[in-house]
Amino acid sequence: MKLHSTVMMALRALRRNPMRSMLTTLGIVIGVAAVIAMMEIGKGSSAAIQNSIATMGANNLMIHPGTAASGGVSFGSGSVMTLTPQDYEAMLRECPSILYAAPVVRARTQAVYGNRNWVPSSMMGTTPSFLDVRDWNKMSEGENFTERDVLNGNKVCLLGKTVARELFQGDAPIGKEIRIKNVSFKVIGVLGPKGANMMGMDQDDIIIAPWTTIKYRVTGSNLSTSNQSDSSSSSSSTNSTSTLYPGQKATLYPERSETQTANTLMSVRFTNIDHIMASAVSTGEIPNAISEISKLLRERHHLREGEPNDFHIRDMTEMTKALSSTTTLMTNLLLCVAMISLVVGGVGIMNIMLVSVTERTREIGLRMAVGARARDILRQFLVESVVLCLAGGAMGILLGHGGSLLVRYFLNWPVETSPAAIAAAVLVSAGVGIVFGYYPAWKASKLDPIEALRYE
Amino acid sequence: MKLIELKNISKTYQMGDIAVPVLKDISLEVERGELVALMGASGSGKSTLMNILGCLDRPSSGEYWLEETEVSNISNDARAAVRNRKIGFVFQSFNLLPRTTALENVIMPLSYTAEHLSDAERLKRGREMLTRFGLGDRFHHEPSKLSGGQQQRVAIARALINNPPVIFADEPTGNLDSHTSEDVLQMFKKLNRDDGITIIIVTHDPDVAEHARRVIHIHDGNIVDGLFVHSANAAASGNGKEKS
Ligand SMILES: Nc1ncnc2c1ncn2[C@@H]1O[C@H](COP(=O)(O)OP(=O)(O)OP(=O)(O)O)[C@@H](O)[C@H]1O
Ligand SMILES: [Mg+2]
Repeated sequence: MKLHSTVMMALRALRRNPMRSMLTTLGIVIGVAAVIAMMEIGKGSSAAIQNSIATMGANNLMIHPGTAASGGVSFGSGSVMTLTPQDYEAMLRECPSILYAAPVVRARTQAVYGNRNWVPSSMMGTTPSFLDVRDWNKMSEGENFTERDVLNGNKVCLLGKTVARELFQGDAPIGKEIRIKNVSFKVIGVLGPKGANMMGMDQDDIIIAPWTTIKYRVTGSNLSTSNQSDSSSSSSSTNSTSTLYPGQKATLYPERSETQTANTLMSVRFTNIDHIMASAVSTGEIPNAISEISKLLRERHHLREGEPNDFHIRDMTEMTKALSSTTTLMTNLLLCVAMISLVVGGVGIMNIMLVSVTERTREIGLRMAVGARARDILRQFLVESVVLCLAGGAMGILLGHGGSLLVRYFLNWPVETSPAAIAAAVLVSAGVGIVFGYYPAWKASKLDPIEALRYE
Repeated sequence: MKLIELKNISKTYQMGDIAVPVLKDISLEVERGELVALMGASGSGKSTLMNILGCLDRPSSGEYWLEETEVSNISNDARAAVRNRKIGFVFQSFNLLPRTTALENVIMPLSYTAEHLSDAERLKRGREMLTRFGLGDRFHHEPSKLSGGQQQRVAIARALINNPPVIFADEPTGNLDSHTSEDVLQMFKKLNRDDGITIIIVTHDPDVAEHARRVIHIHDGNIVDGLFVHSANAAASGNGKEKS
């Protein structure tokens, strides 16, 4: 007997009792709908996480100075200033897995334009390649600053979209001067939009300037951005001058000429930076990059064997893992619930198929009398339960997909169609049909034709 | 050429510890093209014999040759094939599939036939068969929308769909009024006469038996032809009319 005629026969049999067929398959419908909706929502949120990680820079590395501990008291990360601009230059030179690197000096202060002011959530001094590291080369307007601006400590800056909007409210910012701690910065560019990162922080709320300018003209001292702890580190004893004369270029040494500055890059040898941002050649190269940087920095910082690192390197993988493991866990839990409802649905199918076999005993007897073999009967009922489950599965797929679309429209959750989940749902519902339909079908096939024909 | 040959068939049902002998050493021959009526009191074993003849049941002992093949000892699947190709059944209670059209009922056995016919061929054969029995305008009626006589005609059409050499009819007129019964019997006679189909009818009705060319009487598990007792141990019977 051909499969397609068996299927047609099954459809006819199910159509004889449409209401019952519907109710029987409801468990499967709900189970499959739950699986599909969960998979689509789960996949959507993990894709959203991946995306926001990508905007933060999936292959970015951050090198922070290590923790100072004296007499058992830890002063927290960044309390020792061990990173120097030379470190990042050396990294670029000597680590093949590093594509770009940029030093970062942070400041947190008000920016003023006209009568408006704004405190951006991040204000950083860096080099032009910072934008390469962050993959942020798309400018809305204007230009990035140059290495020359860094060497000269020029008072130029780039604004993030948010800052530009808050300070200029629609005016063209390019060429205007804003004041940061009484220092005038010329706006030479507005960054392209980057959006919120996965912690919900607005990444466009940013001002970027040459690090030399921020360090020597705005913060005046590297101490002002770090905890008051280990002041034994050299070079930073100028805070008295900078507090006395805020905004003054603070240095121990006498002012130097332009050429001198260009040649020696100021007194950077004795300068610390807050952290270094680097980007690996690819996400896969991150572990290599980490070991290369560790090796290089230990060497440069003259750390002996066994001494702990005086810096630490962070990358996004941990954060990615942490965030996606939560959603994975939730998805898996809900999948379990959905699976349970599929099993419950399967038991419902089995129950109704048993009732159906009993009800149709005479039909079975008749079919056997006119030549159906036991396996034809087995197949008929098995196909019937599989068709029932598949129909339920198909309805469940539509329902689940519709449900996740509704979730997207009304709750604005990210949702992603998952062909794998649909394929799995089809397979699982067919499987449920086979597993739970087998026993009733087997029972039907074992009937004795004479008794079946005589059954009332 | 003998179509059916039963050799010393007996059938005993086991009810717990008690053995209930229903058929006792029956031997019987039926030629091709015969129309045979099987008569006997209730409980005498007619249906039991028909089930064995129809390959639905196996005898406890004895041989059953159908078209020169021993069929009492072959596998269940082989017996299913024999039922499909060589035997047509007509039942007292019609046994049509409910909520299934007459046409689908008629072609149902074809789906178990080894050689596959296309759907179009099956439907064509079904329509021809129904038309032959005067149901040309009832293809898409479900059994609940047909009269008893019409239902039995659908059942006969179904029995004939595979052109079997023999039809077994267990009280085919039992649920029909006398007029319709006459109709159905005429139909059997015509099939027997025109198409040479061997027909064995179980009946209680002596009028029905009159139509048959040969009447086999069965009495308490033994075959009695008129007053002549065929069975070897018929002498032993006599008090066993009531079954235990
Ligand atoms: N499965 C069975 N188990 C035990 N005894 C059975 C079984 N089937 C039939 N019998 C017995 O066999 C005997 C003959 O039954 P059968 O159905 O052949 O009678 P019948 O001649 O067809 O009677 P009726 O004319 O009433 O249909 C009865 O006594 C019945 O009780
Ligand atoms: Mg009977």
